[in-house]
Amino acid sequence: MKWPFIKLIPKNTKFGFVRFSMPAAIVSVVLCIASLVSCFTLGLNFGIDFRGGTVVEAVWDKPINLAQVRERVGNMNLRDVGVQDFQEPNQAMIRFLPPEGADASATVDAVKAELRAIMPGVKFPRVEVVGPKVSEELGVNGALALGIAILLVVLYIWTRFELQMGFGSIVALAHDIILTLGFMSITQLDFSLTTIAALLTIIGYSMNDTVVVFDRMRENMRKYKKMPLGAIIDLSTNETLSRTIITALTTFLALLGLTVVGGETMQVFTVTMLFGVFIGTYSSIYVAAPVLILWPPKRGAEKAAARTEADARP
Amino acid sequence: MLHVARWRVLAVIIVSLLGLIYALPNALPQSVRDSMPSFLPSKTVNLGLDLQGGSYLMFEVESQVVYKARLEAVADDLSRELRGQRRPGELGSAKTPILFAGRGLTPDGQVARVTIQNPADIPEAIKRIESLASPVIGLTGPTGRTDLDVKAVPGNVIEIRLTEEAKTSMTRRAVSQSIEVIRRRIDETGTKEPAITRQGVDRIVVQAPGESDPEKLKRLVGQTARLTFQMVDETVSPAEAAAGRIPPGSILLEQPGEPREPQVLVRRRALVTGDNLTKADPGFDQQTGEPAVTFQFDGAGARAFARASTENVGKRFAIVLDDKVLSAPTIREPILGGNGQISGSFTIESANELATLLRAGALPAPLKVMEQRTVGPELGRDSINAGATAGIIAMFLIVAFMILAYGLIFGGIAILALAVNLILILAAMTMVGATLTLPGIAGLILTIGAAVDANVLIYERMREEELAGRSTALAIDAGFKRAIVTVMDANVTALLTALILFYFGAGPVRGFAWTLSIGVITSLFTAILMTQVLVAAWYRQTKPKRLPI
Repeated sequence: MKWPFIKLIPKNTKFGFVRFSMPAAIVSVVLCIASLVSCFTLGLNFGIDFRGGTVVEAVWDKPINLAQVRERVGNMNLRDVGVQDFQEPNQAMIRFLPPEGADASATVDAVKAELRAIMPGVKFPRVEVVGPKVSEELGVNGALALGIAILLVVLYIWTRFELQMGFGSIVALAHDIILTLGFMSITQLDFSLTTIAALLTIIGYSMNDTVVVFDRMRENMRKYKKMPLGAIIDLSTNETLSRTIITALTTFLALLGLTVVGGETMQVFTVTMLFGVFIGTYSSIYVAAPVLILWPPKRGAEKAAARTEADARP
Repeated sequence: MLHVARWRVLAVIIVSLLGLIYALPNALPQSVRDSMPSFLPSKTVNLGLDLQGGSYLMFEVESQVVYKARLEAVADDLSRELRGQRRPGELGSAKTPILFAGRGLTPDGQVARVTIQNPADIPEAIKRIESLASPVIGLTGPTGRTDLDVKAVPGNVIEIRLTEEAKTSMTRRAVSQSIEVIRRRIDETGTKEPAITRQGVDRIVVQAPGESDPEKLKRLVGQTARLTFQMVDETVSPAEAAAGRIPPGSILLEQPGEPREPQVLVRRRALVTGDNLTKADPGFDQQTGEPAVTFQFDGAGARAFARASTENVGKRFAIVLDDKVLSAPTIREPILGGNGQISGSFTIESANELATLLRAGALPAPLKVMEQRTVGPELGRDSINAGATAGIIAMFLIVAFMILAYGLIFGGIAILALAVNLILILAAMTMVGATLTLPGIAGLILTIGAAVDANVLIYERMREEELAGRSTALAIDAGFKRAIVTVMDANVTALLTALILFYFGAGPVRGFAWTLSIGVITSLFTAILMTQVLVAAWYRQTKPKRLPI
């Protein structure tokens, strides 16, 4: 038995990643289009952070008749009332928008009183009210945060590597974000502030992966000046492959613990992250690097060679 | 080749020890922390409201109301100026009167307008109105600007607006005053350490940890509590008033809890306001035995009320709180002592609350709840437990995986670096007073998963270098040197996104950004410096022929 098991992973893999980049690109483009279509038709299930409104979680000491809650709260002249069962039969989650122009906070108190009247002995472990102005700001800030994050990361890659690599990373980032949004849209997971945090973390993770591959490519381009770009990409991806797999696995394991016991609020976050880790790993190999074949970076040696040629010309 | 500078070894030892000392109080029960010698740190990490339970309330100061009040005052004073009357205490002869009409505020209350009969008088009218303006005081002293913008518009109309500087300064003052009033109110109730902070230009955030009742907190903080004493207008019968025949200078107000007289017509002008109170206490009505609030006026308030009550014996006055009539008693005899009592439909609790509000004073402008997030303490405890369990599971899985992947020695080194990393994150968060939230715990666990990445990069590189035919020592050395560049590049991008999250995120998400950004920095320390020291130590001890990975 060989141990550590890292030895089981072949040390010199020679997968022809670039060979499959065309079919992979088609798959990516199709998935991106599907995600966009889903986002525009099914839409995202925006939570109250971005839509505004109120969520009240109620826990009684005995099981509660949800139909009755639905009826009584439904008759309260509120807008968009939704009553869901929540974890246990004695719990309910009530979402609503206050009547036009009414004070949201006073409406919460009225709903609480009504729930108390339906069956006494109720507690409210969570109450959230987000006014329309605040939800609008949260939305703008969330979009701004994503935009600035992408911009800064791309600028960093551009200064540390090459413009083309910056471009490769921006395509990979757009790919990751679009697919994650598509995933959120198809699963109709609650899109909240935490989702923005998850998206930003996915950006960070995906870039981390991309940087590791690019870093190796830069090194290999200096080392093997004559090697064609496709071969460089294959070599670099293979050389960093065991690291890519191990890191994806440890991150996956960490998230697994959270998904199993982290509770409902965290589950949306961790499921999104799990998806993002997978997509981020894939995109570093199959999006960021192959884009470079479309728009190859200038290679130091070739640049120098071109100059001497030009100089030599009369 | 594998020489590690002594300062590096020292730095690793010192930082790890300091981290342990600062992180330790978090693991100790309160009783032990209290009995520790004072030179040891005893601070624990701040828990967010989502973990310890509590209420987060964000209010917006409705500064429009303050602007409107100022313009109303200007509209009142302007008639005296245009008529050419002397101001109180002003010497010299009266000026020539200017004829005007249609004085008042636009419906939104943000512009005062007056129509001048004779167009030739407009320049003089503007001059007189401008003399009503007062200088704007900025943050650093007088700004040299005044608060009124007076200009003529077609139709012989003069429009008066507040300048932007004036609005800014009035809003700032209203917010500061509101914060002070809120603090006084909350202090009176003895609620556990609520944090009251200004946010942005016109917002106030109140965060109250623990079991506090959010509804009571909202009533306590959000109520304007502007108390006024106004004469009841009895020139028109209640039926006529209800039909809409309201004399100028009067206003119809609701009287909740008094079904026999749901509305009362009162004079707009207040005889005395709550500003003139020196005392307010809950008590009982001596005749009916019902809960009531007793109060005492200050000197000026007592004098004003004595004069008004003397002049109006037999008539009624109304005690008005936030435009709602509490009671409207008849003045039986002049009230000279400056003491009084407010009765109405109070319970003991609501009398208590009103007394508290009156003692703390009125808010300069109404507050509107923009955002409220309340988490019960039990849910918070559940979240902490879930987070801790998730962390232990994640840690266990990763420990098992790393040992499987890299063997006892290199896997062990990575795990030791990871453990120190977690301790350092906790210590750093405790030291800088960062807040740990539920997403923050998720960030911490995610850091566990991602922090081994640096170790993995370094180990993989060593493996490759050895495979390329270098000696063990050279492979270790080259592994570090080459991998560090990659580790840095990879971590800078992670840090960038974490910092953006920190800047834009609110509340719990900011807690996530805290752990993530601190985690990136500490993992650079543990993965690079600490791993290097440990691997070098291992090498000197065993002088291996081959790397065990």
